[in-house]
This record gives sequence, C-alpha cells and structure tokens, in this order.
Amino acid sequence: MADLQKKDLLELYRWMLLSRITEERMTEYHKHSPLPELPHSGIGQEAISAGTVYGLRPDDLILPSLRTRGAFIFKGIPQRMMMAGAFAKVTGAARGKNTSHHMGYRPAGVIAGSGVVAAHLPVGVGVALAARLQKKDYIAVAYFGDGASNRGDVHESMNMAAVMKLGLVFICENNLYSISTPASKHSGIVDLARRADGYGMPGVVVDGNDVLAVYDAAMQAYARARAGEGPTFIECKTYRWLGHSERDPRDLRPKEEIEAWKRKCPVKRFREYLLAGGHADEADLDAIRAGVTADVDDAVKFAEESPFPPGGEAVLHVYGEGRADQ
Amino acid sequence: MKTTMREAIRATLAEEMRRDGRVFILGEDVGVYGGTLQVTAGLFDEFGPERVIDTPLSEVAITGAAIGAAMMGLRPVLEIMFADFIPLALDQILNNAAKMCYGYDGDMSVPMVLRAPFGGGMRSGMHHCQNLEAIFAHIPGIYVVMPTTPADAKGLLLAAIRDPNPVIYLEHKMLYGVRGDVTEGDAVIPFGKAAVRREGRDVTIVACGALVNKSLIAAGELAKAGIEAEVIDLRSIRPLDEDAIITSVRKTSRLVIAHEACRTGGIAGEIAAVVSAGAIDALDAPVARVTAPDAPVPFSPTLEDAFLPRPEQIVAEVKALFGKRFA
Repeated sequence: MADLQKKDLLELYRWMLLSRITEERMTEYHKHSPLPELPHSGIGQEAISAGTVYGLRPDDLILPSLRTRGAFIFKGIPQRMMMAGAFAKVTGAARGKNTSHHMGYRPAGVIAGSGVVAAHLPVGVGVALAARLQKKDYIAVAYFGDGASNRGDVHESMNMAAVMKLGLVFICENNLYSISTPASKHSGIVDLARRADGYGMPGVVVDGNDVLAVYDAAMQAYARARAGEGPTFIECKTYRWLGHSERDPRDLRPKEEIEAWKRKCPVKRFREYLLAGGHADEADLDAIRAGVTADVDDAVKFAEESPFPPGGEAVLHVYGEGRADQ
Repeated sequence: MKTTMREAIRATLAEEMRRDGRVFILGEDVGVYGGTLQVTAGLFDEFGPERVIDTPLSEVAITGAAIGAAMMGLRPVLEIMFADFIPLALDQILNNAAKMCYGYDGDMSVPMVLRAPFGGGMRSGMHHCQNLEAIFAHIPGIYVVMPTTPADAKGLLLAAIRDPNPVIYLEHKMLYGVRGDVTEGDAVIPFGKAAVRREGRDVTIVACGALVNKSLIAAGELAKAGIEAEVIDLRSIRPLDEDAIITSVRKTSRLVIAHEACRTGGIAGEIAAVVSAGAIDALDAPVARVTAPDAPVPFSPTLEDAFLPRPEQIVAEVKALFGKRFA
C-alpha cells in the first residue's frame, strides 16, 4: 500500500461506503416494496471489491460474481444503471433483459456473468488468452465464492490458466457459507487457496475485511499476471451479514457468529484506521457519507422514475449483427 | 477441383487464418497431432502454437476460453473431439455463448465456431457416435449447421467463421472422405438455406447429415418404381429453411423426413410442425419419419447396422405413403 496517497485512501473509503449504502438501500427497499430483482446482499464483504478493483487499469476486465456488487460499480457501471437494473427498468442492465447481478457493461470492462456460479471463470480464461494473442497486457480478474469453488469449472479454469500462464487472477470471497452449508461441510480444507498449489500457481490467504491487505495481495497478483507469469488464487476470508438472499427462508448461522463478524465490519475498521492515522477527520468522512447517500438517493429516484421496457423488446438482440471492433 | 470434406474443412480453416489474423484454433490434440480425426493436420506447422493451440482435456474451459476470446475481438474455432462430449460444455454454450448478445442488449457478440465430428458408422460405440443436433437447435442465440459435401463444408465454415454469433458446426464422421468439387474463393453459403439435391414431383424427402446420401440412394430406387423423389439437404438445422421445405411439399404433396438422430424430440418433429402449419392443405398423406430408434448407438456391427437408418427404410416409408391417402 506504499503507493496509496491520502486521496486514494479516501476514495477507497468512499467506494466501500457506496457499496454498503447501495446494498442497504436495496435491501430496505425490498422489505416494503419488493424489487423485481431479489437482493443477494454482499454487505460485510465490501473490502474485497474495493481492494481488488482499485489497482486495475481501465482496460483491465473483471468477471464479477453475484456477491460483488461493489466491483461492478467501482469498475465503472453507472450507479443509476446498476440501481435501475435491480428495478428491472429499461434504463437498467441490457434494457431490462439481464439482471444487475450478472450484467455486463462493455465501456467499463465488465464481463457479464451467469446465474450458474463460477461459470464465468472459463470465460475469464478466454479474456486472458485474448490478451496474450493480441500481444496486449490487460488482465482479467474473476470473482467467485467458497460454494462455487467446488464446481468443476473452477478446476478446469485454474488448470488451464496456470498451464498457459495467463493473466487471470482468481479472487475467492470465502464468506464461510454456501447458502446454508458451512464451509466445514462443503470443503475438506479450511484454506481454499491451498488448492492453488495443485495447479502450479501461488495461493494467498488474506483478511478479506482489511481493504489494504486485499489491495496489497491484489497488486502483487496483478503485477505477476501482467508480466506473463500467470494466475494467482487469492482467498479473502470474510462473512456475509445477511442471508443468502432476501428470500432466505431460514438463516441457520449462529447469532453469536454473525454478531462477532459484524464487529469486524470492514467499513468501520477502515474508518477507524483513517482517523487513527490522521488521514482524515470525522468531518471529512461524514462529508463522504453525505455524498454517497446523495448518489444512492439519486440512483433510487432515477430507477423509480424510469419506465419498464416495452414487451415487444423481449425478442430483440437474440442474435448479433456484429460490431466494428469484433 | 475434387477434394474430400476433411480436406475442404482443413483448407478453409487455413484460408481464413491467412485472411484474418483474428482467427485461431484451440482444442485437444488439434496442434502437433493434427486432431484425433486429422482435420487440423498441418495447420500447426503453418500457423504455430499461438494460433493452433493444444489445450488440456477440459471441454468447459476450452469452450469458455473461446467465448471469452471472441468477446475480446478474436475469432476462435474450437474443436470438441466428438460431438458426444459437447454436453460437457453445454452450460457454456447454452448459458454463456448463446445469451451474451442478449444479455448485453446487442452490445456484445460471440463470434466463435465450435466444430465437432458426430454420427454413427465407425463402430465407436454409444459415447462417440450420437446425433445431438436437436438438443443444440433448441437453443436460441446459436446456429447449428451440418455440411454433407466438400463445397458445403467450405461454404458453411466460411459463413460460420465470419458470423458474429456462435455456431455449432457438425461434421459427420462417415462423410469426411466424401469427394466433391469445391469452388475457389469466397463461396459463402448463408445459414438457413437448404439445398435441393435431386428434383422430383411425387414426394419430398427432407434429410440432414448422413441421411442425405442415403435419401439419394433411396430416390434412385424409387425412380425404378416410377416415384420421383425430391431430396432436400437441410444444411442448417437452426435456422431451418422453412420456405424451401414448404415450397417442395406444395409441389409434391408428400413428406418423409430422415435423420440419423433418434426419434423422440428429433428435428423431424419440428419440420412436421412447420409443414403442418404451412402446407397441411397440400398434403395427400401423413408425414412420415425415418430415424434411428429411441436407443443409444450400439457397438457391435450387427447392432449398429440395425440401429442406423437405411435407404430401404426410406423407400418403404415413401411407398407406404402412396397407400395412405387422406380421405
């Protein structure tokens, strides 16, 4: 983090807060006025999206997961579009054809995901392969959870990326649960990053609630990826505060476990770091909060006021006509 | 110039790779080894390891890699060793390749070609011989083509490589050695255009893959009995050339559909529905199907020969139609 200046630290804080308040607003909104897109909150995991996206270049690409709401926004999907997507409005993802959970957005280098968890990782292999064939040094960053880590797509993607030494970085958000199933029941090891050794790539375990630790690990992996030395598996230990979704019938996790992790809140922790280190005072951080809140208010208002797409558009763009740059 | 279908595919790949630096090949054993059925033989020598890429045995990652590379502006042509293995990558095809364009509301294309050998007759058993085109043809967002001649192999491959959408390009193993003329230059055959292989006035036989040649053999037999069959080679399974089928049925008033895939849910059912909606008034007899039975492809020669549809069955079905006039 040696290269981070005060403005970077404050921007990282703003990002985390933006992700937090966006998801809090979606979740609250859904309670009184159900959103077409069921919220699957990543509250509690904000440091991972922020710490991994901050060091990327505009021409780098990300392949987000369901739980990395922040990554979409930080990489450059307009806040209004993101929110309108959750409202299924014509101003949202693909004019309402896609969910905001899995949306892609070409201008920001966000590759569309899939409702099949980890199914975007093989696509990430291709994005990184393209950089090699085009003799460019952009990289790709793919996100997945601990539950998804057990899918075969992850195995095939990690092996192929490693053997070809592709510029693809794997970010595992290990929030300790695959919906209701605890990690101890879905994986035979505690540190999933140990699997990296089996593919011949570095595996790194970081505190996923420490944005600067995440940033440092990411930057090392990105340098390696950009230099043509191959992929890295970064496992970020974290915890999701809410249920799998807002339709989670039962949260089986122990109350005391949830409360303990809330005390490790990544946003609060970073706020305290900034204050203790003299990087900012209360007034600075309150001003950031006010700005973020206004942005989210604006996005919600925009989403509410936007129309739904006309039904006739349902059959448009099943096939493409080709783009000049493809 | 007479050439085989295998050679036509290889030559077309080479031509396109010379023409367009974005075109590259990836798959298992496609490089140094030249492909399990030698379709890409020699291409590694000309284009090198960056454009003819040997991959690990990972159908999901290969297909995903093709999708990702296509999204970044390249033109991957991937080989899946046998069409029977495509289901391993079906999620990538069905949920990623076929839906990217739609998921970006048209602001993304996936210009990739997935080539795979398919079909029975080589005594290769139940996991190497299937005809799965109907499964793929059910997926909006992709094209499915099936050449039966060297000229079509070239023309459809040119169209597939140059199209901005994902294409499944199916090569019947028993047709690799079929010889025929190939047109020089850009002889693109657009998708959704069937070919009339033989003209006739009495009955339409719509066929695809290995059943096209078998239908032509059947048509020769039928001619001896005074029945002139029109044989249509679909070439594209998706999109179907509905106009060509309906035009022919309106001329002949009888329809037999022949494919090597097993019966239930096969493409013949879709064609029957198309004709039912578009030309039922022209039919003088029920629509008949000649297909493999609803069973896996067996291994032993006697079993496989019994399983695969034969020209005699087509002849028999056609003759039966003349005894089944609608009242």
